[in-house]
Amino acid sequence: MTPGAPDPAETFRQEAHDLLIQLEDVLLDLDGNPGDRELIDTAFRALHTLKGSGAMFGFDDLARFAHTVENTFDRLRRTGAEPSRELIAATLAAKDFMRQLIQSPGEAEAAIGDGLVEELLRHGPAASLPETGPCGAAPRPAEPKEAPAIYDIVFALPPDALLRGTNPLRLLDELRDMGECTVAADLGPVPAIDGLDPERCYLRWRVRLVTRQPRSAIDEVFMFVIDDMELSVTTMAPEAATSHPETHPATDATSAADLIPPSTRGTAERAAAGSSIRIPAERIDNLMDRVGELVIAQSRLRQLAQGSLDPTLRSVSEDIERLSSELRVTTMGIRMVPIGQLFARFRRVVHDLSRDLGKDVRLVTAGEETEMDKTVIENLNDPLVHLIRNAIDHGLETAAEREAVGKPRAGTLSLEARHAGAQVLITIRDDGRGMNRQRIRAKAVEAGWLSEAGDVPDAELFQMIFRPGFSTAAAVTNVSGRGVGMDVVKRAIDGLHGFIDVSSPPGRGAQVTLRLPLTLAIIDGLLVRIGRGRYVIPLSTVEECVELSEADNLRSTGRSFLNIRDELVPFLRLRDLFKVQGPADLYPKVVIVTAGDQRVGLVVDQIIGDHQTVIKSLSKLHADVAAFSGATILGDGTVALILDVVNLISAGRIQEMRMKAS
Amino acid sequence: MPKTVLCVDDSASMRQMVRLALTSDGYVVVEAVDGRDALGKARTMVADLVITDLNMPNMDGLSFIRELRGISDYKGIPIVFLTTESDDDKKGEAKSAGATAWITKPFQPERLLAIVKKVLG
Repeated sequence: MTPGAPDPAETFRQEAHDLLIQLEDVLLDLDGNPGDRELIDTAFRALHTLKGSGAMFGFDDLARFAHTVENTFDRLRRTGAEPSRELIAATLAAKDFMRQLIQSPGEAEAAIGDGLVEELLRHGPAASLPETGPCGAAPRPAEPKEAPAIYDIVFALPPDALLRGTNPLRLLDELRDMGECTVAADLGPVPAIDGLDPERCYLRWRVRLVTRQPRSAIDEVFMFVIDDMELSVTTMAPEAATSHPETHPATDATSAADLIPPSTRGTAERAAAGSSIRIPAERIDNLMDRVGELVIAQSRLRQLAQGSLDPTLRSVSEDIERLSSELRVTTMGIRMVPIGQLFARFRRVVHDLSRDLGKDVRLVTAGEETEMDKTVIENLNDPLVHLIRNAIDHGLETAAEREAVGKPRAGTLSLEARHAGAQVLITIRDDGRGMNRQRIRAKAVEAGWLSEAGDVPDAELFQMIFRPGFSTAAAVTNVSGRGVGMDVVKRAIDGLHGFIDVSSPPGRGAQVTLRLPLTLAIIDGLLVRIGRGRYVIPLSTVEECVELSEADNLRSTGRSFLNIRDELVPFLRLRDLFKVQGPADLYPKVVIVTAGDQRVGLVVDQIIGDHQTVIKSLSKLHADVAAFSGATILGDGTVALILDVVNLISAGRIQEMRMKAS
Repeated sequence: MPKTVLCVDDSASMRQMVRLALTSDGYVVVEAVDGRDALGKARTMVADLVITDLNMPNMDGLSFIRELRGISDYKGIPIVFLTTESDDDKKGEAKSAGATAWITKPFQPERLLAIVKKVLG
């Protein structure tokens, strides 16, 4: 479809998608609050639109199926009955089936649909009202033309016809269009002027009509008023009609069929369009790519300008720099979507899980309006589902266990998102039994990650659950505990350049916090030089830059620590790490970076300055290079590698632990 | 002068369909997403015809029709409502609220156009 010609079926597909999401939300709300009539009304409306519009745009199976579901909700609406949990579950399943009917109608199995219908009927309120067909009202077939007949028509419109928007002259015109016709008005019922209400319709008409059209065509003229009006039609002797010429036998359906060309245009009609538009995600990705290229080109221009004495060139370069930076911010703004969409999906996950596991779980969400890059949000789904499953399966106790320790029967799982600088923090918290330190320890020792006597702080111990092969589940459940899972979470979050913090105050449940960058596409970076190579450090991780004093520099091997305001910060010589040859600079600089509550100093030769960094991923060949998370192209066309701060910090931490041990 | 049609429906695809059918025949279509939205628009412009759904959030079709008939400019303006077979009892209500005509869903664009012509001339 070209942008100029919207396809109503495609619009419907998107709309149906939204309606199904809305339906699911409403159903989940109903689950906790089955007496809310407003919710039932909303569900009914969504189903009603699915049915009505579905039939309009050729989704007949959907329309038929939605009709059944709609009937169930219509009965709820009329009888005031509350939906049972079973009915809500069945409707949720029906919702999934409807999605399939929209996405791939050919593959949806009718048998599943029939089963669902049965389920709905079983759990729905008793069918006391007669059901009506789902659609129907096919365009009337053209009725055969008959020999001309003469009709004597006497009619009076309902008194309020004018107020209801009926124009009597239009009706007379329509009768005239059917054939030769004489009209006489009967002024008898018109009152004297002082008693006359100008908005009332007093007149009575007598019409003599000669037409080849059937009697039913006359009823059709009056179709919208026929129930409330006075109408008598008498057929006169037909032979009198022979001499009458053929006129245009046109009323509605049949003759209007070719008025519209099959493909209609959507032309200059956007005036009333809403204030927001839908764009395919792909186009935004393309735009982002272009902006990325622009930023690279701009930094080349900057380099040129800096080497030039021409003030005009410099001024233009600065303008372009400002503009491209603004464009970058705007474009990233387009990519930002509220995380609420993602949270909404988890309501279903929690609902299904709590049913499967027989646990009562209340999901509380906060910060739905927090915006993040679309790509980040998409990649967050799986790890969050894992964390939620884990919390419900392992963290939360059964209702009976909870009661025994004096907690409310229903466990609470909270999902919260908020901004913190250039990062977004997503917290998954449960009020369950919390992390089992002994078990995690035992498992870590068994796996050889920890010596029998080794002591590690909680934060570090809990990190071990993210290692491959870690699972403490005594029995493998359907939900979690197959020893896959948490390491998948870790890998996914690493891929997003994020961090995971775990805490579990004894007896107060567990809390997992994901720290994620706002975006993946372009970051602000700090460009540094080590030897002859240039590297980018994500600016969001940089805390400060200091000079490496000669004293610190000399205490080189083994004890690489800086004293920053009375705090010992381990530092890493990137020179050594990257095995850079050649003489070092006289005054090396240290960039202090943080991740979570860990800090580490990175010793570089020179700090060049900030740099808008368009992230290009490394090739598959280099995927296991731990020290770098990606690469970027500099203004002069050379490549700079982007440092993976998380990995460098863990390297620094190992160094720190070694020191503590010694 | 092209005639203006105010199309009120919470379903974007229905609005689009009405728009496509009517603009191709020279009508100007103004869209509204529910009764409340439509009422706001009706107060700033006079449409020659109003097409409205009955089931809508915020303000449903019936209340909208009643309110609209209360605006003097809209006293005699034809109002067509969209309905489904199962809404049969609503038909009477809509008529007494002041509706002129109705179209039963699902319908073909041609049918819509025919009815618009019928009530608008």
